[in-house]
Amino acid sequence: MAEGAIVIAVIASALRLATPLILAALGGVFSERSGVVNIGLEGIMIIGAFFAVLFTHITGNPWLGVVAAMVFGILTAAILAFLAINLRGNQVIAGVAINLLAVSLSAFLLELIWQRSGATPSVPVALTTNPKALEFLEKIPVLGDLFSKFTPFVYIAFILVGVTYYVLFKTPLGLRIRAVGEHPRAAETVGISVYKTRWLCVLLSGLLAGLAGASLSIGTISLFREGMIAGQGFIALAAMIFGKWHPVGAMLACLFFGLTSAIQILAQTIGIAWAPEFLLMIPYVATIIALVGVVGKAVAPASDGLPYEKGEK
Amino acid sequence: MKTRFEKIWDSFRLPIFAVILGFVVGAICIVIAGSNPLVAYAALFQGSLGSITSFGETLYKMTPIVFTGLSVALAFRCGLFNIGAEGQYIAGSIVAIVTGWVFKDMPGIILIPMILIMGIIAGGIWGGIAGYLKARFGVHEVITTIMLNYIALHTSNYLVRTVLNPETLIPGSIREAFTVSVPEQAKLIKLNAILPQFTYSSAHIGIFIAIAAAIFIYFLLFKTTVGYEIRSVGLSPDAAEYGGISKQKNTILAMFLAGGLSGLAGAVQVTGLIYSVNQVSMLPGYGFTGISVALVGVNHPLGVLASGLLFGILDNGARQMQLAGIPKEITGIIQAVILIFIAGELIVKFISDRNKKKAIKSKEVE
Amino acid sequence: MESLDLTLEYVMKGLVLRLSNVIEMKEITKIFPGVVANDKVNFSLEKGEIHVLLGENGAGKTTLMNILYGLYQPTSGDIYVNGEKNAIKSPTTAIKLGIGMVHQHFMLVQPFTIAENIVLGNEPAKAGGFRIDMKTAIDNVQKISDEFGLAVDPNIKIQDISVGMQQRVEILKALYRGAEILILDEPTAVLTPQEIDELGDILKNLTKEGKSIILITHKLKEVLSMSDRITVIRRGQVVDTLNTSETDADSLAELMVGRKVKLTSDRTEKQAGSVILSVKNLKIKDSRKLEAIRDVSFDVRAGEILAIAGVDGNGQRELVEALNGLRKIESGQVLISNVDTTHLHTKDINEIGVGHIPEDRQKRGLVMEYTLAENMILGYHKKAPFSKNGIMNYPEVHKHAKKLITEFDIRTPNENVKAKSLSGGNQQKVIIAREFYINPQLLIAAQPTRGLDVGSIEFVHKRLLEQRENNKAVLLVSLELDEVLGLADRIAVIYQGKIVGILDAKDATERKLGIMMAGGQLGEGDVSA
Repeated sequence: MAEGAIVIAVIASALRLATPLILAALGGVFSERSGVVNIGLEGIMIIGAFFAVLFTHITGNPWLGVVAAMVFGILTAAILAFLAINLRGNQVIAGVAINLLAVSLSAFLLELIWQRSGATPSVPVALTTNPKALEFLEKIPVLGDLFSKFTPFVYIAFILVGVTYYVLFKTPLGLRIRAVGEHPRAAETVGISVYKTRWLCVLLSGLLAGLAGASLSIGTISLFREGMIAGQGFIALAAMIFGKWHPVGAMLACLFFGLTSAIQILAQTIGIAWAPEFLLMIPYVATIIALVGVVGKAVAPASDGLPYEKGEK
Repeated sequence: MKTRFEKIWDSFRLPIFAVILGFVVGAICIVIAGSNPLVAYAALFQGSLGSITSFGETLYKMTPIVFTGLSVALAFRCGLFNIGAEGQYIAGSIVAIVTGWVFKDMPGIILIPMILIMGIIAGGIWGGIAGYLKARFGVHEVITTIMLNYIALHTSNYLVRTVLNPETLIPGSIREAFTVSVPEQAKLIKLNAILPQFTYSSAHIGIFIAIAAAIFIYFLLFKTTVGYEIRSVGLSPDAAEYGGISKQKNTILAMFLAGGLSGLAGAVQVTGLIYSVNQVSMLPGYGFTGISVALVGVNHPLGVLASGLLFGILDNGARQMQLAGIPKEITGIIQAVILIFIAGELIVKFISDRNKKKAIKSKEVE
Repeated sequence: MESLDLTLEYVMKGLVLRLSNVIEMKEITKIFPGVVANDKVNFSLEKGEIHVLLGENGAGKTTLMNILYGLYQPTSGDIYVNGEKNAIKSPTTAIKLGIGMVHQHFMLVQPFTIAENIVLGNEPAKAGGFRIDMKTAIDNVQKISDEFGLAVDPNIKIQDISVGMQQRVEILKALYRGAEILILDEPTAVLTPQEIDELGDILKNLTKEGKSIILITHKLKEVLSMSDRITVIRRGQVVDTLNTSETDADSLAELMVGRKVKLTSDRTEKQAGSVILSVKNLKIKDSRKLEAIRDVSFDVRAGEILAIAGVDGNGQRELVEALNGLRKIESGQVLISNVDTTHLHTKDINEIGVGHIPEDRQKRGLVMEYTLAENMILGYHKKAPFSKNGIMNYPEVHKHAKKLITEFDIRTPNENVKAKSLSGGNQQKVIIAREFYINPQLLIAAQPTRGLDVGSIEFVHKRLLEQRENNKAVLLVSLELDEVLGLADRIAVIYQGKIVGILDAKDATERKLGIMMAGGQLGEGDVSA
């Protein structure tokens, strides 16, 4: 393989691997910017991945699968929202509970519907290739090959980074979200509903994480397998922290993690004798190093993780 | 003044409620799966408590999660979230194999305690890393412990594949997907060797070690100065500081102790049941179950014993339910629902506490 | 015919009164679980007046105003705004009715700019509401800022401005939303005497522009200088409504508390002994790595109370934390009983014989979830007889607690009650009992009477003076000038991390202290030792 081709392949691989991370990390950004810690991103990704496959099997249309992933992602996030916001419960425990529920529920439904544990059959139609409508991009010299390796989710992810940035920093809604995250009582006293704002953001995080899950199932391996998310929801959280709760920062962090994964896969394919386990460890080690270096400067939204109670009950 | 019983009931009222609700939701899922919940739950309890043998099975299932439950509970008492029990367990199990191999010629009476102690230290160090990062750099232990879980997993897989593999250590062996076994004399005595009624059950004396650990942690938390300090840091870190108690030292200590307990879980599991460590693609899950066990046990060592038993019943009985045609994942769903209700319920308690506090506060200010 | 005229006149007066009352609160009652916060309160506000709501901490003033602002709902009673009955269900409604509130603890988002904070919730937008029109926002803010004489720079972030300026931003926030009625909750707590005067001018200006103002406060001096009328509230009930011109400080104090109050405390003449605490050239950084204490030196002798006076936020907190071993001292030296404690840990400093009463008793002073008994030994849990070789001796702990409960008259059913269930005054007693038990050579008391009722304040003052009588050294850090003037032998004023001057009590006046607190220099004729 010519070197240029390898570089393109690695970049494309990195972008594809970063895609689910970016989507989930954006979800994390919304949720935490409004002050709600969402440890359950991993679980919502599982739910999204599963229901995307299920509905693609049922309807034959993968885009309906995507919609299903988003809907069920929202429903799952609603549980977290209710626990964290209305009941003012412990947000980390609620997140862990969601993860547990997602694992068990998906395994349970897997067995119920397909009578087998482990994995679903492959979907008839998947979203693992560059959409026809955008094939013209492949004609671009040099970079064109890059696009040929994309899936629709890649485009969606990057567009959403821009959208998230705009919403958070240029719209009134974004100002209010950030106010709620920094000083919810101040927001309440000018008439902003802290509860409603947080609900919106947590549901958004559910939508995005569900989308992330779909990108991993029907956007990558065309099926759902138990254990397929493998901690990527947590890597997305780490990327969000790494990126200082900023959509663009989170995106860059995700790209970095995607790159390390891509290099690991390349090394394995080429047969470089690095122990695969150590390459697999890189995102986790990198995150810890980054947190140690970053934490002095990166500050979470001031009310992150703190339940809010209105003036009176 | 409330009697002791009333106070205990107050604390346990909510987790009991959550457990009942969990079973109710489980029943709904069973109905959806097309079965009769009563039949299913009967199978569940029959399979876990129906005979001495099955009770033995429950006991050995319960053993690791009592340790991890204690681990999480102890950390919670210091205000810390130990999501890293998984990784600490793995550290303990791997080091158990290493110790067993290096000292394979020692008599069992020395080797077993040695392995267990090394397991505690290994888990302790793994937990201590997160504690140190929190104390020194302020990095939140939730993320670091989750990361450390995966680092432990991959490290373990690496060691299983290479350094600890029979292929490497025993001349003439082929490569396996698991490590060498612990030496014979390091294997914990089976319960059926003491009480034949346990017949074919794999239950082992690890359960007694778990009970001893619970009693020890109870004593530590509520009867010693170490426990006084750990709990004060967990309840009011600023006040503790003012009283000269070091937040940093106690954070590291609590995470070390918590890690040690989970490491012990791994060591006991290896010497008592599985005898070697496998290559795995997913985290074993004892750590996460430990979170549920700790919370249902209201973070009290004796409560952890009780809730460990409950979850052991769920785990063991699941097999019987599977035979009755109900997917065993139901128990996972029940567990998740219990946890959800606890997450929400902690707040019901919080509210009623706050109402009382507010009432008194407004009264006092007059 | 005369009687008819009188009746007509009476009716007309009533109508006029009703018409000129912008706010009327009638028979407002608010009940929380276990306590009646407001009990059939009647309160009215005339147009263009400054009306003070006066009462002790917890009397119910803030509750009443929170009801007016829609943060709470009354259990019963009605509110009339400009003659019309209104149910104010939320701040949004209140704002629509022209009511604005400036809270005691500012409701400002630190990382946002002044403009962003002012327009929050009411942002000017273009592109169909999807994009904030920051330029218009800034212009609008500039406009009202000029209109009402409250100069601010809309582009600065809140975390970079002074407390006094933050208060102006809060007032602008209310005015931006068209407030005709302004409620200010304890506005002077964070201001120097000069800034308080400035605030008084601003408020008078606003009334000239037709605004009506309610001031919530418990500070008698400001009440008299700033208001037209005063309503005194005690234990949730209105005691009286008076014209300011017809009353004085002593009468108000009596109305507030319900009995004659000593506004100054007894202090005997005393010769101070040897130096117990010696602080030399301290430099300390705050949590943001900025200099909080820039070069501070002072001594405290046995048998004297040295007070550190100053507006909140001038380094007092960092200084106390450093003396307690909780914050690093960058340079300089601290000697306590001739031991160099500059770099010692809290534990070791305590060993030398230092007691502390922290400024936040619930956060720093007590483990709220621990029982009274457990709190009593916080800090000496490792000493005999409370523990031995690491094992706690709880029977001894309980015995000790019972003894102190009696000695300090702590109101509690028993020693097993959790600290959080105690009243503020009793919580403070627990802390004092604990700290006094070791008979400290040096007592550091930071805002020891904050949030306490008058009875508890008297108790604390008595105990502090007792320490002084017993030849102990007391370092008192306080924001209340009355307390400082009443208790201290010498007063050091701190401003922006430096001691501006140390006055003997007999030479200190509020005016002098006020000047120093604002960073000014005393004139030739003012300065003494």
